[in-house]
Amino acid sequence: MSTPRLLEVRKNVLKQNDFVARALRDRFGAEGVFVVSLVSSPGAGKTTFLEKILTLLHERCRVAALVGDLATENDAVRLARSQAPVKQITTGTLCHLEAAMVETAMKGWGTGKLDFLFIENVGNLVCPSSYDLGENVRMVLMSVTEGEDKPLKYPTIFNSADVAVITKMDLAAAVEFNEGAAIANIEVVRPGMKIFKVSAKSGLGISDFMDYIAQRRAEAVSTQVETRS
Amino acid sequence: MHELSLAMSIVDMAQEEAQARNAKITAVHLKLGLLSGVVKEALLSCYGMACTGTPLEGSDLLIEEIPVEIFCERCRAPRVLSSTQWFSCPDCGTPSAAVVHGKELEVSALEIEE
Repeated sequence: MSTPRLLEVRKNVLKQNDFVARALRDRFGAEGVFVVSLVSSPGAGKTTFLEKILTLLHERCRVAALVGDLATENDAVRLARSQAPVKQITTGTLCHLEAAMVETAMKGWGTGKLDFLFIENVGNLVCPSSYDLGENVRMVLMSVTEGEDKPLKYPTIFNSADVAVITKMDLAAAVEFNEGAAIANIEVVRPGMKIFKVSAKSGLGISDFMDYIAQRRAEAVSTQVETRS
Repeated sequence: MHELSLAMSIVDMAQEEAQARNAKITAVHLKLGLLSGVVKEALLSCYGMACTGTPLEGSDLLIEEIPVEIFCERCRAPRVLSSTQWFSCPDCGTPSAAVVHGKELEVSALEIEE
């Protein structure tokens, strides 16, 4: 038997996902769709927050949502109350969404032209961090009931996200939420991260968030126009 | 737990190379960033499973962990962090979110027998 020899290859293990995600991002960009994904632990309030946002956005622009869960269509049913087109992706036992699932879900889905697409990932603060979905903005949500040290426990997901949203602010006093500590913990794992404090129930912070994504979309659209010209 | 599907991708990738070169793979070298979202131990145990029944059965997965490196604007230099929980320059303390290394999930080399 010959001695083994070392062959350099340098191949990204996620290249297939990254390839599909890049194609999605290009396509969404060309179509003027601004894509926002949501990640959090189960029960942090992604669906409640998104239902609120979809309801408000649906009144003024074209918006749709994809929602990932291991099983059930419960979240799609909840989100559909916003009147926006909603599609459930059931992943079976898979703990995260991948770009190919987004691609498949979009195929033949007659949403018409969109301004915003929201993608609610499976509730999980670990696995989704590795998978690019072709989104423009990735939001990580944490609720006041989860503890201020969530960012320290899951630094990778906070680092892969662009925006942090602290949810259920209406419960902050009841659970003695230490807002300063939570914000400081986000800041150490992702310096300069944009942070929103919201309550879907009381409406706190919702309009700030709406302004923010509208502005981000406007920036993305103008960059797209510049690139084309 | 997404390590099994990643292990299967690694095996597929290595197998493609092996077939193209008509070689037997005895080990796969992987660069694994501490910010990749992948647990080394879980990936190692899944690798054995993913290799079962393939030409890679019995091969080793050799993981090189890549620490997080940020770019410090103040020092104008890359700096290696000792923790994924504190994104500040270890020399001057300036916070930085500019990650230079640490997200790697890359098959870097294969040990082959031709």
